Amino acid sequence: MKSIRVGNGCGFWGDNLDAPVLLAERGQLDYLTLEYLAELTMSILALQKQKHEDAGYARDFIDVLGRLAPLWRQQPGLRIITNAGGMNPLSCARQARAVLDAAGLTDRKIAIVAGDDLMPRLDELLAAGESLAHFDTGQPLHLARQEGTIGELVSANAYLGAAPIVEALRLGADLVVTGRVVDAALTLAPAVFELGWQWDDWQRLNAGVVAGHLIECGAQVTGGLWCNWRQAPDLANVGYPIAEIEESGVVRITKPEGSGGAVNFETVVEQLLYEVGDPAAYVTPDVIADFTTLQVAEVAKDVVEIRGGQGKPPPERYKVSAAYRAGFSASAMLTIFGEDAALKAEACAGIIADRLRRAGVQLNRFHHELLGANAVVPGVFPLPTGQMEVVLRMTVFDTDRYAVERFTKEVAPLVTSGPPGVTGYTGGRAPVREVLAYWPSTVVKSAVVPIVQLLES
Amino acid sequence: MNDSTIKLADIAHARSGDKGNHANIAVLAYTDAGYAWLRDNLTAERIAEFLRPKALPGRVVRYVADNVRALNFVLYDFLDGGASLSPNIDSQGKALGLAVLQMDLPRPSNVDAMRRPTPST
Repeated sequence: MKSIRVGNGCGFWGDNLDAPVLLAERGQLDYLTLEYLAELTMSILALQKQKHEDAGYARDFIDVLGRLAPLWRQQPGLRIITNAGGMNPLSCARQARAVLDAAGLTDRKIAIVAGDDLMPRLDELLAAGESLAHFDTGQPLHLARQEGTIGELVSANAYLGAAPIVEALRLGADLVVTGRVVDAALTLAPAVFELGWQWDDWQRLNAGVVAGHLIECGAQVTGGLWCNWRQAPDLANVGYPIAEIEESGVVRITKPEGSGGAVNFETVVEQLLYEVGDPAAYVTPDVIADFTTLQVAEVAKDVVEIRGGQGKPPPERYKVSAAYRAGFSASAMLTIFGEDAALKAEACAGIIADRLRRAGVQLNRFHHELLGANAVVPGVFPLPTGQMEVVLRMTVFDTDRYAVERFTKEVAPLVTSGPPGVTGYTGGRAPVREVLAYWPSTVVKSAVVPIVQLLES
Repeated sequence: MNDSTIKLADIAHARSGDKGNHANIAVLAYTDAGYAWLRDNLTAERIAEFLRPKALPGRVVRYVADNVRALNFVLYDFLDGGASLSPNIDSQGKALGLAVLQMDLPRPSNVDAMRRPTPST
């Protein structure tokens, strides 16, 4: 029976740069996927594109592609699918072209998948009756704008499905660079293309989405984050995941021979439920996957097989991820040592807040927490006693950038003008970041036109 | 913990994360016996009560996946605005799974049948 091996060498922007190379080297892959886009990544990329029209994509990918080039020469059958295109798949693809040409891989074809960016068409969509209402509150976008409860919109992207990627593969692309698509589509698309699956075969589409969901976060399914991580050998050399997908829809999750980490029932089910709402209705544009109907079993060391599983027809609407400007923020930390460390840390936060007040700086929000004293889930566990050190972390928000900047300048003075034992302030002033807030929504599929295009050589 | 209680970690593992301003915590029983007991005893209300001090403005909904012995808790509006707006160090709820594993639970009579089997490898 025909099957393909899809490996995912990147789980987020910032993931290990050597992982894709190690995976492609030892994974015996048909496809390598590289996933870069988290919920708010698109809005960060949108701001980068506003500053430079050639920017707005995950630049790490260009570096990774350069490292992959020697291997790709030895494995001409390998195809690569990535959402590194972000807000600017065309510029990303052009840069990729330059890297491949320089490496002598002029014959590798590149295609882009776009059309997910709704910003150029926002007024048109709103006029056509698409309210882009908030997914949770139901508030229409124009009302939130009228009331001034949200700032300027910087990005709005539909989560496309696997179909445009399949189209790109049909055009002969060796490298597909997409904008916003659902993460699982990076894996589902090659399965549909190579295994001849139909778009109404809910059982097989379900299997492809499950495979994609399981490998999309990289090492999180191969021993990373695993509660029993001590039994995952050599995490320093952790193997990134491979989904072996059979034409029948049977999926096996594994990792390269000789790599570290582990793939077993526990690592797979932890990841199966990761960032999931209703496990019986995991919504994608291609199928509503049902994780509760799967049979999951360890079939060999570091091999977990998934079979069964029923999908349901997808909704008529794409999920949309939008983001708006929401002011400015900064976080700063001080290490406090000695007797009464927690008490002194509280005093430091109080002194900084007081100095800001006296300086006439009113912040929308001033939050402080004591790392090392149950800050992660405050109030849930008893506070430690007799602690000799804590880290004071302060985070502020304001619509006025100046107010946030002023806060960052009030932290270092505590080293000489506060209680004794204030240390660890050598990193310079904390950077001020612009805050982008998330506006989840949906849009009717018929209003979105995916674009698939081969890049000219 | 005493003789009349166990920790959730004795019979289950977990993973948590975020979706916008919501968090989810998947609690995964090690055995069928443990899963049957958790299905009856680890309610959404119990999770909500445990995490209440952290601030729990929204509702908690529990989903089940019998096939993988999973209880999935979705904590609505739990993350103080979510990844970019929350000032909390764990703005994406990554640590919530480990937190709930420390929960004390009344000791089930057959707890030994619920503990993690020794791995074969």
